[in-house]
Order: sequence, then structure tokens, then C-alpha cells
Amino acid sequence: MPIRMKVFLPTSLEDALGILRASPGAHVLAGGTDFMVEMNYGHRRPERILSLRFVDELRAWSREGATLVLGAGVRFADILSSEIATLSPALAQAARTVGSPQIRNTGTIGGNIATASPAGDTLPVLWALEAMVNIRSEKGERRIAIRDLVTGVKRNELAKDELITSISIPVADGPQEFLKVGRRNAMVIAAASLAFACNRSERRIACALGAVGPTIIRCTDAERFVGERVDWERLMVPSERDRVKFGELCSEATLAVDDHRSTARYRRHAISVMAYRAVARMS
Amino acid sequence: MEIERRYELLINGKECKVESSWLGESLMYVLRERLGLWGTKNACEQGECGSCSVLIDGMLACSCLELAATAVGVDITTVEGLGAPDNMTDIQQSFIDEGAVQCGFCTPGLVVAVHDLLLSNPAPSGQEIKEALAGNLCRCTGYGRIEAAVVKVVQQRHE
Ligand SMILES: Cc1cc2nc3c(=O)[nH]c(=O)nc-3n(C[C@H](O)[C@H](O)[C@H](O)COP(=O)(O)OP(=O)(O)OC[C@H]3O[C@@H](n4cnc5c(N)ncnc54)[C@H](O)[C@@H]3O)c2cc1C
Ligand code: FES
Ligand code: FES
Repeated sequence: MPIRMKVFLPTSLEDALGILRASPGAHVLAGGTDFMVEMNYGHRRPERILSLRFVDELRAWSREGATLVLGAGVRFADILSSEIATLSPALAQAARTVGSPQIRNTGTIGGNIATASPAGDTLPVLWALEAMVNIRSEKGERRIAIRDLVTGVKRNELAKDELITSISIPVADGPQEFLKVGRRNAMVIAAASLAFACNRSERRIACALGAVGPTIIRCTDAERFVGERVDWERLMVPSERDRVKFGELCSEATLAVDDHRSTARYRRHAISVMAYRAVARMS
Repeated sequence: MEIERRYELLINGKECKVESSWLGESLMYVLRERLGLWGTKNACEQGECGSCSVLIDGMLACSCLELAATAVGVDITTVEGLGAPDNMTDIQQSFIDEGAVQCGFCTPGLVVAVHDLLLSNPAPSGQEIKEALAGNLCRCTGYGRIEAAVVKVVQQRHE
């Protein structure tokens, strides 16, 4: 453990980015729900820590027309207790399944993205909605699609001097669902999860799977199949056979493995059931 | 602001100087080992058990997941700030009356969590109680008596 440490507590984004440029090795700390577990168990030994606690700009959110812009510091509890929950129902469902009240009061969406766990609960939703992640360093700003930011299990392509500042997602334009299975209801990391979003204006269905591959998986074949079978006037898939088939196609898209949380076989089964339920709940 | 050595925390309304040997310490560790506030318990150091629950800026949080040095200037309330042995809160009394305390290890965290629940929801349903306390593990009571203790406080407050 380094004995000499320094903790930076900037109060503006400008200052935070300046600190990151001056000490690019500084570890970024948001809610700490992933970070502090690593600290407590000696898996992370930073010499410099940049805390985002007092950077209020990152806590803000806004609606810009059909787009919702969520600051990286928006907490799961903020999503649940604000209008974000109605503007992005699947994101709210995902936030509600995270950890416990204590974790939801602390953990942030920016931290969930940066951690890039295949079981991160907001990720399938962000994938299905094709979220754009807004990133800044002192050098400038860039926008990148979520699927390009997350490069593998717990890997992202952020540079050392960069911060995620916000996430842009479309406001819901039709029914959405987030489903998750694990060993219990509360305080559980997903064994498998699924996000489902209906886009009425484009007459499209998007579906993404969590915890069944190294990163989130989009079910393009299943999406195409079911998209052509939606009755867009009644906003439902009338045929029971098509709903079941949708579940099967989603399950075929998985790259599930056996691990300490579940087996590949159970995960594939769970995905087919959740996909069926998502499409059945549409109307 | 930058912190390299000493810092002050605002705990239960009092300024507390912390002279840590290491800035990487969690708030839970600092409360117990540096400040002698042993009401906050340590059972996992990974956010799973809730025994270390405190209120940070009025929000229920696990103090083991809080880097102490970043909690400067923020209101922190520990179980000691809610009630004392000679001046217990109705929640603490109800835990005793209903037999919701066995080994007692989970109790301080639960008292803080119930306090927080009843501030935001003075009349929770059984389901709401269960959901609000889902982040607090108890290895002894089987939870039934804990829920009963909460129900009793709610009844008493509405009498
Ligand atoms: C008991 C427990 C239960 C949990 N349950 C769930 C669950 O059910 N579902 C789930 O998805 N997760 C769960 N988690 C994991 C965790 O809560 C989430 O991943 C959370 O979103 C992390 O956010 P944070 O703000 O706490 O991030 P931190 O822990 O502060 O940071 C995590 C990582 O992100 C980086 N980072 C944070 N913000 C930024 C930024 N703005 N720019 C660049 N990098 C950044 C940090 O440097 C760090 O590497 C759980 C954790 C615990 C301890
Ligand atoms: S010690 Fe903090 S949650 Fe268990
Ligand atoms: S009373 Fe022993 S852990 Fe709850």
C-alpha cells in the first residue's frame, strides 16, 4: 500500500479534468460501490484519487427534445425518484434491481458503464437504446457508442485523462422492459438479464442481453424476426408461436458459459423465458 | 480541495479530526478504529451486509464503501447520533420489545435503515419494509421479528 496518498476533491468539471491532465494516473472515484470493494480487499492501490463527489455538473440530467441526457454522476436512486423513470422505463426497471437501497443511493450510471461488467444492469438497456456516451478530457470532447466504449469483460477504452460526463439516450417511444434473474430478488448480480425496447416511429424492436457473454449481446436476428410480426396498431405480437420463436432466437444469440453464478444451460433457458415475457407484456 | 494527511469529518453534528495513517481507509474503518464509534459494525467490507449503514448527507449508505477522506464537509449520522443507551429511540426500544435482537451484530445497521425508511415512508407496507431492509443481513432472527419491530413502531407512531 502506498503510504503517501493524495485525494483530490474538485468542485467543477474543469478542475477535475485539469487534475487528470496533471496526474493522469489518478484513479477516478464516483459512488465507490465498485472502487471501494477493490480498495478494501487490496486489489486497487492508488497513489492519487480524484473524487467526483462535489462535481455537481455530473449529477444533472435534462431532456433535449427526444433525447435524455443523464450526467455520469446520476445515481440509481435518482433515476427511480425522478421523471427519468417515466421517460426511460427500462432504465428505471434496471436501476430498481441494483443491489440494495444503500447501493442504489450511492452507485452511479457512469460507474456502471466504466466498470463494464457484462452483468452491469444498465448496460443491456443502454445497448438496446444505442446510447451515446459523452466523454471529456482537457483536450476536448468526444462521443462514442456504448458498444464501442465497452471492449471486453470489465474493459473500456477510456484514456487515463478522460472522464465520462454524460450519457445520451432516446426518450422511450413505446413499451420497454428490463428483466433479470439471479439467486434472490435483492442484492444480486444478474445470472442473465434482458432489455427490450419498442420503437413505434421506426417500427423496430431492439433487444439486448446481459451476463450471457463477455459483453452485452444484441439479438439482431430475433429483433428482425419479431419486428416483422408486430401488429403496430395494437402494439402486440398476436401469434403465440412467434412470441415463443422470439425467445428461442434470443437464446440462440447468447455466448453463455458456466461460472460461479450459473450454468450456460440455465442462462440460455432464462433468456428464452425472459424474451418471451418481454414480448408478451408489450400490449 | 486536496487532502494529503489530516482531515475533519462532521459526524453526528460534531467536527471530528482524523489523523489517519492511510488515506485509503473507508469511513467504516475510520469510525471504528480512529474515532471509537463502534456502533457501526464491520462484517463484509463489500457492501453486502449493511451492518455498517450510516446516513451520508441524509442518504442511507454503507460506510465501508465510502472513502472517509472524501466525506469531508458532509453530514454523517451514525447509530450513535440517533439514540443512546439511556435515551433510546422508539425503533431501538421496539427491536428489544419484539425480540428482534439476538446476537445484535446486525442491529445498529438495521436501526439506521429503519430510521431512514420511516423518514421517507411513515407507513410502509410489509412488502415495502422487506424491500427497504433488503440490504441488511441478519444471521439470527430470520427477519420475522425485525419486520414485527418495524410494524410496531409504525403502529405506535400512529396511535
Ligand atoms: C453490494 C453490491 C451490490 C451490487 N449490485 C449490483 C447490481 O445489482 N447491478 C449492477 O449493475 N451493479 C451492482 N453493483 C456494482 C456497482 O454498484 C455498480 O457497477 C455501480 O454502477 C458503480 O458505480 P459507482 O458510482 O459506485 O462507481 P465507482 O465504484 O466509484 O467506480 C467504478 C469504476 O468506474 C470508474 N468511473 C466512475 N465514474 C467515472 C466517470 N464519470 N468517468 C470515468 N470513469 C469513471 C472508476 O474509476 C472505477 O474504475 C453492486 C455493488 C455492490 C458493492
Ligand atoms: S461491512 Fe459494509 S456492508 Fe458489510
Ligand atoms: S441478530 Fe444476529 S445477525 Fe441479526
